[in-house]
Amino acid sequence: MFESSGAHSAVLTPPSRDAGPGEMLELRHVRKSYGSFVAVKGLDLSVHRGEIFGFLGPNGAGKTTTIRMVAGVLRPSSGRILVGGDDLGREPERAKSRVGYIPDRPYLYDKLSGGEFLRFVAGLWGREGDEVERRVDRLLELFQLAPWKDELIESYSHGMRQKVLISSALIHQPELIVVDEPMVGLDPRSARLLKDLFRTFVANGGTVFLSTHTLEVAEALCDRIAIISQGEVIAFGTMDELREQAHAGGAHLEEIFLKVTGGEAMNDIIEGLREAIAR
Amino acid sequence: MNGAVVRSRAGLLWLLRPKIRTKLNRAKTDEGKVFKGFLLGFVGIFFWSLIFAVIFRMLQYFRGTQGIGDLLASKLLGLAFVTFLMILVLSNVITALSTFFLSEDLEFVVAAPVDSDTVYAARLTETIVDSSWMVALLAVPLLIAYGVVYAAGPVYYLLAVGTVIPFLVIPAVIGSAGTLLLVNIFPARRTRDLLALVGLFAAAGVVALFRFLRPERLMSPEEFSSLVDFIAVLRTPTSTWLPSEWAATALMSYLSGRFDWFHFAFLWSTAAVCLIAGAWLHGRYFDGGFTRAQEGAEKKEGRTRSKLVDRVLARAEPSTRVMVAKEIRVFFRDTTQWSQLILLGVLVAVYVYNITVLPLYTGEQISFLLINAVSFLNLGLAGFVVAAIAARFVFPAMSIEGRMMWLMQSSPVDIRTIFWSKYWVGTVPLLLVAVPLIVGTNLVLDASPFVLALTTLTMIGITFALTALALGFGALYPNYDTENVAEIPTSFGGLLFMMAAVSYLAGVVMLEAWPVYYFLDSRIQAGQAEVGLVPLLMGVTGAAILTGFAIWLPLRAGIRHVQSVDF
Repeated sequence: MFESSGAHSAVLTPPSRDAGPGEMLELRHVRKSYGSFVAVKGLDLSVHRGEIFGFLGPNGAGKTTTIRMVAGVLRPSSGRILVGGDDLGREPERAKSRVGYIPDRPYLYDKLSGGEFLRFVAGLWGREGDEVERRVDRLLELFQLAPWKDELIESYSHGMRQKVLISSALIHQPELIVVDEPMVGLDPRSARLLKDLFRTFVANGGTVFLSTHTLEVAEALCDRIAIISQGEVIAFGTMDELREQAHAGGAHLEEIFLKVTGGEAMNDIIEGLREAIAR
Repeated sequence: MNGAVVRSRAGLLWLLRPKIRTKLNRAKTDEGKVFKGFLLGFVGIFFWSLIFAVIFRMLQYFRGTQGIGDLLASKLLGLAFVTFLMILVLSNVITALSTFFLSEDLEFVVAAPVDSDTVYAARLTETIVDSSWMVALLAVPLLIAYGVVYAAGPVYYLLAVGTVIPFLVIPAVIGSAGTLLLVNIFPARRTRDLLALVGLFAAAGVVALFRFLRPERLMSPEEFSSLVDFIAVLRTPTSTWLPSEWAATALMSYLSGRFDWFHFAFLWSTAAVCLIAGAWLHGRYFDGGFTRAQEGAEKKEGRTRSKLVDRVLARAEPSTRVMVAKEIRVFFRDTTQWSQLILLGVLVAVYVYNITVLPLYTGEQISFLLINAVSFLNLGLAGFVVAAIAARFVFPAMSIEGRMMWLMQSSPVDIRTIFWSKYWVGTVPLLLVAVPLIVGTNLVLDASPFVLALTTLTMIGITFALTALALGFGALYPNYDTENVAEIPTSFGGLLFMMAAVSYLAGVVMLEAWPVYYFLDSRIQAGQAEVGLVPLLMGVTGAAILTGFAIWLPLRAGIRHVQSVDF
């Protein structure tokens, strides 16, 4: 599964604390509004421990808002989010300590080196010492950033920043990785590495909650998938269950996605585009 | 073509349109626009009136000086214009780097089929507006004062506008050309660091030079050895080759009744030649420079970890430790941040210098009352210096986390920990500046031990309060989008902070004025200065309560605001 599973697999192992059975993530009637606009309308979801959960939807469906609420960056307008049983609203520190978050845009401190940034993130999660140093080295090695460890991040390319970001989500041994568009900016080799990394993390007992537009990635990786549109879940389950819900036997995720999110209208749009270009 | 209008190419106005619309839309959606407008208008009119009053008074005094009155007025105008010119060239060089090379919308503009001259005109207009608005506003009361004193008609005001326009264009073209040259030599991001440094050194130099030359001596001709020397100094033009001289000469000649067309025409023709040369340079070198500006990546090593910071914070929580260490590292590695220390150094040096040249010892015997009163009031002035430093270094503290708030919010660290880390990172260095400043200047002034002790202790409290005010206001009025930390304190929130800081300082000085008054009054009445226990207790307790509120309220408001904002 993972290229060098020995030493590297160790950095992808979540801690054993409270790792009992049950849900890793639960969203109960989670609603988020911006003024009069409701971005997420009473979402109910549960993500099991040890699974990769895909969260898909068209642009503006409420995916990133949901992801950011789960990561603790945004507060829901109402509803509860439980991470490993801890309420993100009532016990934010306990809940957040279980999560590693990879946002869609790689904003980092330009004036820190890659190694310093990872140590800084570990410190925010209360980790330090030799173990952190070892994890920093292993993660940077894993992403082939070891030669750049002491260079300032301002000199990194977009892809390198993305890799530092992914490493920072793993540095403090999270139980749950929350990731928004993980493949953006990664070369094919790194994208493959990331897929293997998620699989290993989950095989070691971790959980991944990911949002992506790359449907092939979602189909290949995710154990279960929720499709959201206009702030509501419109399809939910394993690939087989989704096919059943969409009455699309044997179809790939792309067809299911288009069907449940109003894909029929796509044909009209494409036809309209053809005509416009022909004129 | 089905009703679509195809334009041959986008014109100047079309290119400027997104900027104008952005500003209009921002103004329209700004919730506090009435309050902001009112406050900014009030502050603006206050400063305009102040500048007008000072210039008006000086010009009236000059006019009363027979023979050299016009010379003095002309000299003053020349000095003002040459100062404007220096500021304009510097700020244009720095602004042009953003507008021509670093601005995010350049990708679209460069990729669009727009000719080079139009791009140049659009970017130059933007540069002129961004870099010159403050100078243009400063020039208004100055030029009106001249018009009023010389009883000039409406033509003078039209002429003033006609003079200021080419005067703003010339430094903008020169500044942009300088930036174009630098970007073609250095990578753009390195150029920005370089410019931040050069700009600050130059600004600091201008301030220091201006202060140490003591221009107020122009008002006291008796300090020159003879009148002939004085007039000789006045007659010497600042420089015949500078546009500032042409602008001043053109305006003064009109006011004196014999308009000098030559200098006015020279100003306009130079601006025109500059524009043509600038457009040519842009067409020739912009593409190369823009390409270089995209190659920002440069290997730069971080330094080794500071053992001192690790030792001082050995007992703190890991999260506090890494926050403080990060603050210090980022500060000293970011040229736009640490280079402001240069301005701080100059500010402190000028302040101490001003204290040392105070004419307190003019009488035969040293005035005990005057010295101690000034030493006590020094508290307010030194407090103002500390407030200015806090505005530079502490006010932007939350704004610079803007794009990193995703990490702060998703980490299990309470936002209060982040605030307190920033609070201490701001307070400790400020104390290291504030305490020596007040002790040093009051020792120079030879203040009595009572005033020295009172001002020193109060200054410690003031520093804690000013840091809290700066951090709190910075969190309430953040600017999360800017790349240049130096522009954060010049925002509306920065203005509010300075106003709050001045009000707080005035409150503390007023509360403690009672014990000091009692102390000085007892010297007059009984010949022996005595400390009154009741006034002292009342005054100090009042100041302490005020300081407590000034620490607690802004920090609480700032924390609550950050907690409530969706990033």
